Amino acid sequence: MTNAARMKILTPLDHAESGALNVVQLANDDDPFTLKDGIAGIDRIELHFPHFTDGRAYSQAYLLRRRLGFRGDLRATGDVLIDQLVQMERTGFSSAVLKEGVDPADAAREFERFPAFYQTDLSGAV
Amino acid sequence: MYQYTEFDKSFVRSRAAQFRGQLERWQDGRLSEDEFRPLRLQNGWYVQRHAPMLRVAVPYGELSSAQLRVLARIAREYDEPEAEVYRLASEAQRKLGTLRLPTHYAHFTTRTNVQFNWIPLAKAADVMDLLASVDMHGIQTSGNCIRNISCDERAGVAPDEIADPRPFAEIMRQWTTLHPEFAFLPRKFKIAITGATEDRAATGWHDVGLHLLKNDAGELGFRVAVGGGMGRTPVIATVLREFLPWDQIMNYIEAIVRVYNRYGRRDNKYKARIKILVKAEGQRYIDDVEEEFRQIVELDGGPHTIAQAELDRVSASFVPPQLKRRDAPDSAAIAGMLNARAAEHPLFGRWLARNVAPHRDPALRIVTLSFKRLLQSPGDASGDQLDLVAGLAERFSAGEARVTHTQNLVLPWVHADDLFALWEAARDVGLASANVHLLTDMIACPGGDFCALANARSLPVAQAITERYQDLDELDDLGEIDLHISGCINSCGHHHSGHIGILGVDKDGEEWYQVTLGGSDGSSASGAAQAGRVIGPSFSAEQVPDVIEAILSTYRDMRESAGRREAFIDTLRRVGPEPFKAAANGVRASVEAAA
Repeated sequence: MTNAARMKILTPLDHAESGALNVVQLANDDDPFTLKDGIAGIDRIELHFPHFTDGRAYSQAYLLRRRLGFRGDLRATGDVLIDQLVQMERTGFSSAVLKEGVDPADAAREFERFPAFYQTDLSGAV
Repeated sequence: MYQYTEFDKSFVRSRAAQFRGQLERWQDGRLSEDEFRPLRLQNGWYVQRHAPMLRVAVPYGELSSAQLRVLARIAREYDEPEAEVYRLASEAQRKLGTLRLPTHYAHFTTRTNVQFNWIPLAKAADVMDLLASVDMHGIQTSGNCIRNISCDERAGVAPDEIADPRPFAEIMRQWTTLHPEFAFLPRKFKIAITGATEDRAATGWHDVGLHLLKNDAGELGFRVAVGGGMGRTPVIATVLREFLPWDQIMNYIEAIVRVYNRYGRRDNKYKARIKILVKAEGQRYIDDVEEEFRQIVELDGGPHTIAQAELDRVSASFVPPQLKRRDAPDSAAIAGMLNARAAEHPLFGRWLARNVAPHRDPALRIVTLSFKRLLQSPGDASGDQLDLVAGLAERFSAGEARVTHTQNLVLPWVHADDLFALWEAARDVGLASANVHLLTDMIACPGGDFCALANARSLPVAQAITERYQDLDELDDLGEIDLHISGCINSCGHHHSGHIGILGVDKDGEEWYQVTLGGSDGSSASGAAQAGRVIGPSFSAEQVPDVIEAILSTYRDMRESAGRREAFIDTLRRVGPEPFKAAANGVRASVEAAA
């Protein structure tokens, strides 16, 4: 992985202020294939983590990037822990919103932990 | 054995450092208890009844002497509770009747991992560093992720092997390790592989059970079964593919797990295993997996198709060790020598018959060291014993041992003409019980003496039965019997698959035990994998040994002894459970009459 592909880490305020023309939110039991038509016109898709131990959004992210070729911003919202940021990046997320009070500096350190992984991933796909 | 590459080693060290960081954040409050829990679990750290428990991964059960020595050191130096913790634990267990609460032990599990029961969490990071020094860790030994992959204990040495499952298990280990998409599945996920005709890995009872085989054209592939599991709903895995070409196995497993990640239930912990999804959806689940597999291959380009070169590269780690060449006597001479020794030492003869199995190399044997003996819980090994086994493995088995599904250790590379010397050395350290597959070679979970989930204690029941059946002639006469004991419905002691199963239940705060009959782990002696049936209301702890005795007397009365003596499970299948049930219930009646 290269630093160039690093995902954006946002505070709740950053997230509130980040505008985009066409934003779609998907609950984690929504089928990503419903976005198939017109996916090229979407600027950002937000995938929600109701609890960080609910891993459905990782598969949604994979399918959006790999099967539907989504090129826009893929954002993790909800119960986002810094310990899962690398995992999110590796399944294709390009931005994540930290919870209130979490220090973005702690988050940045997480990206330095593993020089490489066993699996190929989608972190360079954006 | 698989040799860790520099990449593997640095990966394990990174993981140990990451865990140290998480532990520190939890200690200083930056990480809440709830947030830390799944992180420590995915590194093998539970918090149990009295103390933390660490589960160390032993990929496909293989241990080197160097690894055994580090496990020995952890048992000796770290498996030690703080004085106050131990005082409170002993007090609580004494109230239940437990007199022995051992410390400084390692414990082998049915999924061929190793557990420690007393390491203080404050020492967790140090222990992880120590494990990393011999390429070991607790990655994904707990939590709702893909767990350590288990294998046949005789992989690569069994005469009945079609293909060695270990290279595939290693490829799966790499693929599953910190897989970004599948770290938070609905529930835990266990894979077992066997490459032999005999199933020694209980594959039918796994979330994914894989069986290497050859088709009519002689090509290698897998029979793929999905959705087996124990717990409160015992289910045998459904075969999805009778034959899947070997190079497609990872693409296919990705399809199985992705469909499960998306659609497995998350609203109810007891309905979250893949077995429930497979049962509830049936053909629809299978269709979804097949469609996902098609898309992985056709649209994603089959990214996990195993190239022959990759299989060759990994297989090179599993070439047989270079054993010292000997002027080996021919097999007739070996047999003559062993028979002479056995005649001289009847106990050696018994051990030879029970604990020694044929090897694919006629000059070698596969030897089981039994960890089932008096005054030691099934599958427990002290630090000293582990050190001694490390020495035995070096001296007799190319420095390699394997953990078995039945909580023993196997030495896979023993020269036939070393057997007597090995037996003497093993006997001196109490690891030569000649009871493999017999009644006292039982499976038991740690139960209510250690585990926070247990409803009842397993170990005192195991001990009471072991005490009652110490006569080797009697044990031999009873023959092969799988006795499995679980302290709760989570079934870590595999009671569902025991010919005789014992399940601890809680009734108004008291320990009771349900007895099941007729379960099978899927081995050829036990028949197709199936769950045993409960024989009636539960029994008290005191009644259990009498119940077992009543069941076994019934067997002795009813078995056919013309020709080859009929095994317990065969008599049970032939006559049905009723006479056994009646005998067991007789124990209840006689106790009531006496009261």
